[in-house]
Amino acid sequence: MRQSTARCAAFAFAVAAFLAAPAARAQQSEIKIGEINSYSTLPAFTEPYRKGWQLAVEEVNAAGGVLGRKIAVLSKDDAGKPADAVTAANELVSSDGVVMLTGTFFSHIGLAVSDYAKQKKVFFLAAEPLTDAITWDKGNAYTFRLRPSNYMQAAMLAEEAAKLPAKRWATIAPNYEYGQSAVAVFKKLLSQKRPDIEWVAEQWPPQGRIDAGAVVQAIAAAKPEAILNVTFGPDLAKLVREGNTRGLFKDRAVVSFLTGEPEYLDPLKDEAPTGWIVTGYPWYAIKTPEHDAFLKAYQDRFKDYPRLGSIVGYSTLKAAAAIIAKAGSTDTDKLIAAAEGISLVTPFGQVVFRKGDHQSTLGAFVGKTAVVDGQGRMVDFVYRDGAAYLPGEAEAAKLRPAD
Amino acid sequence: MTALLDVRGLSKSFGGVEAVRDVSFALAAGELLALIGPNGAGKSTCFGMLGGQVRPDAGRVRLAGADITGLKPRRIWARGVGRTFQTAETFASMTVAENVETALHGRTAARSAETRRLLGLVGLAAAAGRPAGTLSYGDVKRLELALALSNTPRLLLMDEPTAGMAAAERTALMQLVAGLARERQVGVLFTEHDMDVVFAHADRILVLDRGLLIAEGPPEAIRADPQVRAVYLGEGLTFSEAG
Amino acid sequence: MDFLVVQFLTGLASACSLFLVASGLSLIFGVTRIVNFAHGAFYMVGAYVAYVLTERWSGALGYWGGLLCAALVVGAAGAAMEMALLRRIYRAPDLFQLLATFGVTLMVEDLVVLLFGPEDLLGARAPGFKGAVEILGQQVPRYDLFLIGLAPLVLAGLHLVLRRTRWGILVRAATQDREMVAALGVNQRWLFTSVFALGTALAGLGGALQLPREAVNHSMDMTIIVEAFVVVVIGGLGSITGAFLAAVLVCELNAFGILVLPEVSLVLVFAVMAGVLILRPHGLLGGAPAEARAMRLAIPPPWKPFTSAERLWVVGGLALAAALPLVAGAYALTVAAEVAIFALFAASLSFLMGPGGMPSFGHAAFFGLGAYGAALAVSGAGLPMAAALLVGPLLGLAGAVLFGWFCVRLSGVYSAMLTLAFAQIAWAVAFQWVGLTGGDNGLLGIWPEGFARTPHGFYWLALAICATGIVLLRILVFSRFGYRLRAARDSAARAETVGIDRMRVQWAAFAVAGLFAAIAGALFAFLKGSVFPDTLGIPLSVDALAMVLLGGVETVSGAILGAIAYKLLAVWLISETDQSKLVLGAVIVLLVVVFPQGLGGQITRWRRPT
Repeated sequence: MRQSTARCAAFAFAVAAFLAAPAARAQQSEIKIGEINSYSTLPAFTEPYRKGWQLAVEEVNAAGGVLGRKIAVLSKDDAGKPADAVTAANELVSSDGVVMLTGTFFSHIGLAVSDYAKQKKVFFLAAEPLTDAITWDKGNAYTFRLRPSNYMQAAMLAEEAAKLPAKRWATIAPNYEYGQSAVAVFKKLLSQKRPDIEWVAEQWPPQGRIDAGAVVQAIAAAKPEAILNVTFGPDLAKLVREGNTRGLFKDRAVVSFLTGEPEYLDPLKDEAPTGWIVTGYPWYAIKTPEHDAFLKAYQDRFKDYPRLGSIVGYSTLKAAAAIIAKAGSTDTDKLIAAAEGISLVTPFGQVVFRKGDHQSTLGAFVGKTAVVDGQGRMVDFVYRDGAAYLPGEAEAAKLRPAD
Repeated sequence: MTALLDVRGLSKSFGGVEAVRDVSFALAAGELLALIGPNGAGKSTCFGMLGGQVRPDAGRVRLAGADITGLKPRRIWARGVGRTFQTAETFASMTVAENVETALHGRTAARSAETRRLLGLVGLAAAAGRPAGTLSYGDVKRLELALALSNTPRLLLMDEPTAGMAAAERTALMQLVAGLARERQVGVLFTEHDMDVVFAHADRILVLDRGLLIAEGPPEAIRADPQVRAVYLGEGLTFSEAG
Repeated sequence: MDFLVVQFLTGLASACSLFLVASGLSLIFGVTRIVNFAHGAFYMVGAYVAYVLTERWSGALGYWGGLLCAALVVGAAGAAMEMALLRRIYRAPDLFQLLATFGVTLMVEDLVVLLFGPEDLLGARAPGFKGAVEILGQQVPRYDLFLIGLAPLVLAGLHLVLRRTRWGILVRAATQDREMVAALGVNQRWLFTSVFALGTALAGLGGALQLPREAVNHSMDMTIIVEAFVVVVIGGLGSITGAFLAAVLVCELNAFGILVLPEVSLVLVFAVMAGVLILRPHGLLGGAPAEARAMRLAIPPPWKPFTSAERLWVVGGLALAAALPLVAGAYALTVAAEVAIFALFAASLSFLMGPGGMPSFGHAAFFGLGAYGAALAVSGAGLPMAAALLVGPLLGLAGAVLFGWFCVRLSGVYSAMLTLAFAQIAWAVAFQWVGLTGGDNGLLGIWPEGFARTPHGFYWLALAICATGIVLLRILVFSRFGYRLRAARDSAARAETVGIDRMRVQWAAFAVAGLFAAIAGALFAFLKGSVFPDTLGIPLSVDALAMVLLGGVETVSGAILGAIAYKLLAVWLISETDQSKLVLGAVIVLLVVVFPQGLGGQITRWRRPT
């Protein structure tokens, strides 16, 4: 019986520890920012992302913080589930008293947190989710988004695609909202520019479970002249291998979302595709003062090169600090007012958070893939400013719900 | 007069093996009929076809004139047939009393009274609170009987009802069954390995061998039947001294 | 025509790894009756180890040696898990071992990231099989041809071992009748260990052989484990040839299916499984129902209703729970509401598995349908919260009535897997029917109203509904219906001969369990403010299963303890660490060893000291 009492006590202790855990973790004088991301589910993207925002926090605090106070980021894992993200948001807001929420990667998690922010009237700066819904048809007053949206990336790629002679196009995209809307927007924009284009095949492999051989064969059978790819991560690796072996990409143009991001290009090593038109982040070849400074600071601090996630994490926290500084307060309404139209400098240059739809004008690099010294690289790239690939603010504001 | 149970031309084969071939017999109300035969003779298959667990390939089973061939066990139960199983088929997660109460139908108060009566009848009153999973083999057989009696059947099918019991207990149980048969005009068909039990209690005996009915008649006639003796001698068993 | 032939070959190549993994799973299940949830983890570890070895060793010999060594390493790890963990819990109720292997899986998922890094690892291509061969004018990868040849070889090899060696004969005997082998005086322990070693080595080989085809990553396990188990079930539990046929069937249907309907991969294997099981209740080649019967959950000792003293404890506990808002803040109350919701969810599954005797691997179907029902009532029909909470669960009830009708016609693991298939089909519908459900972007803005807007208001609402639900379920267990349900579980043959319609009683139990799960789901929608397809997903079903098993499936209400412990731990760990799966998995493994009867089973022991 003694043993069992000990077990009871241990359990009671665990419960007590749980209830007590969220108690004051950061000092009162700090401005607390809540941050949520899929750290355990997507470590390849979120680890560099975390380093990015850590660097930003250190820089802001080294420069004296904002409003005369240091900032502290309370960071939570969402285990890749929207329900857990809402739990984390709730802990950060209700228990830890953060002044704003930031982060998230997956679109549906971003939407869940954005809806929570709307309900609880909390400022939310979405870092990475790409879905257009978050700023447009499910947009709300409390939510802003940093990363160039699906629409913007599609517009950048469609512009390049229109210059190609290809008329017969096929698409391969993961079967979920990101893939679906990427294809839909790309098709729409490209068909507008090039009414002569024919869409001859489409494949919708489930995310993470592509049967690459069968997909490649199916696409090849339609004899397209060009291919749009939206898969990424392990699916992309499988697709590239099967496609190379089976000759799918030979003499065909390929336009591909995100493939130029080091997160997705680097694992492919010398098997990286060549000549694909992609969006991405050629950190090794960008020569601007803003980026040089960032690159040096990042490499000094972490002894590692940055990924796109690093840029997103860094810029998110820089933006958060700038918004608080401009608001002169941590009051939610003032934060919103400050964020609307705020302009700040990121490693990619000047960006603005548009008042009309709360989307930042952060852009992306569009270029071609190549293999240089056994490494996948982007060459012949240009930076496309996000502002040029968004509908006008008034037009975009109409896409948002009335409330 | 129609027989209580009338079986005509019952047959069943499993994957080419004919387990029961063209078996016909009748059973009157109030009669104790034993079905005997060596292992694998087809007794359990026969029982299964009467109780609805096995679907016959051919033949007819009539209960008091009504055709019950191939009906589901539940429908056969509803027509007043109770049965016990060779292997223990009790509700192991319940107490003895809960077993019987679950089998009974009707109002709660009536059920608990009936449970007490049935458990008293089969001699399990003292074990009412025990988990059925912990009963001895003999007690399981008593519980099986109580469950079979729960719907006051007019036909009782008993598959080896006294296995695992001591000699005195067997006699007591069979006398109980015989009493029920006489008083309430219940027809009883049972299989049994113990020839003492068979010859002491059966009014009539059916002998199955390799699926065929080879003999039928009162105990004395069966005892004298040379074919039956051959079958059993072949098994290395004798029963000439039995009885 | 040429294209179709090549597409057929592609399907065959895809079937190879799936078959290797499934055959190992089938072997292990056949002999030990363990649903080895960690099988996917072994597959993944095989791929990682193969990557490390082939990067280190050079040349063709180094490469192929690396793949084989990876399989051996994984086999050794499998044997080690069997000896160190599973041997301790063979006496526990069936399915409990699943909980232990689930704990191991959670740990491995975090461990591979810690050990091998977060990035996807693209291994070298297989020496000698790098390029493609032209067949009928189409390029077919040489490696595909290698795999196409390998799978039948492995099948034949397994056949030889199982037919011609003494060990194989023992394995087959144990697959038929475990007790008989024990009676023969065979050292069962080593038989089990060796089967585990071979089965996991096959999984490891399956993973290693993927090296030339895909980038090794830390989520490979989940994608393969469910699919492998589906293949085992389609083929018939314990049948290696069946697993081979099923793997080929599934991969070919996928290869050709995507030509007609490119979205079909999402749900294809599950639809095939549902179809096969409805037509053939024991899979393609699974003849003997003995296997399914052996999977039946253990029959517990008689249950007793609470004594009046114990009732006082329960009332006291509830009063304490109701007083929580006096001491706890908004966040703790929201977590407490979530715990209450999961307690009801787990209790509903426990009702199905315990008294009902029907394990379910897809119970989230009803939870999710309830959540969608409530969310659609709000966003689609514009109903207020109270009405949505009443109407929403009806969707779950309807699902349970529909799915249950099929499931009660099967037994054991087959029935459990059919629930999984239905859950996945429901998930796919929610995922794909964007117009109604919003697809994977979900339904938003499902927030509570009135007094329930405040954290303590919603907590009281959830506590009241969930406590009532749990009490009702408990009353039902001790009702006439509950006894008849247990009767059908204990002995279907006897139940039928005392006038109990087994299927109808179990069908009703399905409906009850589905309804209460759906009520929990409807509350969950309002708790989170949004509903996504993952409320119907496999991870949630597995969570519920873990809660029930942790609580003790042989008890009436142990699942509630399991839910409280599991949910609190999970929420706390996710908040505290990025390695929450590692710690949670370790705690589960520990609890499994310390409390082989589950937490509730431990309390039953205290109630009735022996």
